[in-house]
Amino acid sequence: MNSTPRTLGSRSIFPYVFGGLFLLVLADSWRRAEVDPGIFFEAEGREHLWRFVTGMYPPELSWDFLELMVRPTLETIQISVMGTLIAVLIGFPLGLLATSTFSFQGILHESEYRGFGPRHAFKVCLYGLARGLLSLFRCIPEFVWAFMFVRAVGLGPFPGVLAIGVAYGGMLGKVYSEIFESVNERPLEAIQSTGAGRLQIFFYGWFPQVLPNITSYTLYRWECAVRTSAILGLVGAGGIGQQIEISIRMFNFHEVTTLLIILFSLVAGADYVSAKVRSLL
Amino acid sequence: MNHADANADQLAALKAGARDRSRASTWALLALLGALFVWSYQGSEIDLGMLFSADGGGAIAEYVERLFPPDLSAKVVADAVEGAWETLAISLIGTLLSVVIALSLAFFGSRNLVYAGLLYEMESRRHLVLLRRIPYLAAKAILNFLRTIPEMLWALVFVFLVGLGPFPGVLALGVHTGGVLGKLFAEVLEDVDLQPVESLQSTGAGKIQILFYAILPQVLPQFISYTLYRWEVNIRVAAVLGFVGAGGLGQRIHIALSLFLEQQLLTLLIALYVLVTGVDYLSAYLRRRVV
Repeated sequence: MNSTPRTLGSRSIFPYVFGGLFLLVLADSWRRAEVDPGIFFEAEGREHLWRFVTGMYPPELSWDFLELMVRPTLETIQISVMGTLIAVLIGFPLGLLATSTFSFQGILHESEYRGFGPRHAFKVCLYGLARGLLSLFRCIPEFVWAFMFVRAVGLGPFPGVLAIGVAYGGMLGKVYSEIFESVNERPLEAIQSTGAGRLQIFFYGWFPQVLPNITSYTLYRWECAVRTSAILGLVGAGGIGQQIEISIRMFNFHEVTTLLIILFSLVAGADYVSAKVRSLL
Repeated sequence: MNHADANADQLAALKAGARDRSRASTWALLALLGALFVWSYQGSEIDLGMLFSADGGGAIAEYVERLFPPDLSAKVVADAVEGAWETLAISLIGTLLSVVIALSLAFFGSRNLVYAGLLYEMESRRHLVLLRRIPYLAAKAILNFLRTIPEMLWALVFVFLVGLGPFPGVLALGVHTGGVLGKLFAEVLEDVDLQPVESLQSTGAGKIQILFYAILPQVLPQFISYTLYRWEVNIRVAAVLGFVGAGGLGQRIHIALSLFLEQQLLTLLIALYVLVTGVDYLSAYLRRRVV
């Protein structure tokens, strides 16, 4: 198969090959995933489903329970905020290093080198290292990070903060570097032509261009972090996740309803706040 | 001072006022942000000192040391490959289920297809239009509900309902992603270019014909592209669903973590990395090819 785009109407075996492969893999997956919708119609499955659905109503609204949930709810917000902050602290510098136009080529460096000196090689190495680190950070899921940090620093919200910080740091860094790469070079050239130094180019030409984009993406990630921090508790990293797991395992489904309502309001609140802040930008 | 000057002065004063106000709101926002950080810092029991102390740092270094070398004995590798296949299967079937759910709800969830806009501008029976809002609102509510509950919680629920194994993972992925894709699909449908719709309508085409000949051809590439993107997300999620008993690599990772089998853990993480990267490339390739 060649990778040049074919023109419309030219015959290609691509759809047939891929279609056939896809069906094969799908059939195999169906078997492997042990798909069995019949479970819901058997007596036992029906009974479980019934118990779950009826158990969820009415939500547990006793004062004692709600009072107990205040702390984990606030903790969830705190974890998400601190996690995102650490993610920015990790993602921004690494993202900068992982940007080729920033770390070794382009306008910031064009006055400096001709050819391939040792300094240049060093910068390219840093660039590769940053890319590798970012890719490592984001390829291990938050859950695995959380579990490992629970091992390292003990139960509580702190491992949750670290897990979100590291995993989201990887994602933020990658997206930041994409934003950095797409910076418009013209204003930079204009500033350079006035005789500005590198730092001045950076702060007056470059930073104002990227700020709105990275802020808005960071806000979006914070919304995701609220959701994530709510469930990292499943592995013991604080927040309301821990409560949700306990309630499900104890079959207290009416508590689950309350917790889901709390989670729903948290997520909706985060959506609202971040939309509001974005409109201010 | 003539009239124009007065106007210019007024404008300048207005602008200065606006600038002052926006500066004030920026400072207020920053102060709020600072307070939020301090509050969160205290609440989340952060102890960076511990992380960098000889004790905490040493523990992490020791942990990392124990990860190496990865256990590459035939049994462990075979198990990792098996787990990776299972995760891939969960993500594929889960994404397929999510597309089915999304497609069955998205059309009801887009205003321009259900009650508003060009297709209904000739509708004179207002009560009918009002009635048509009911399926729209219902579809939106269901999609919201499906989307709000994270995959992990769905997985917990489905493990309770259908027992351990990959099947609850499939259901969890399908249901949550169904909500996400449904919303995205509905947005795509609402953003459809109206000109083809209008020209088909002027030939006297019915609503079904407009749907198939003017709307679907426009949205299909975006549907496929969103689905592929969600598949990339799902392969990552499928890999951790095992933590709550829903099969795949996650289950094996969970066991390795719990039993302190660090070298096996590294093998599994490598398998996960290969799987995720492979899916990313495949999906990017397909997207270029199809869209």
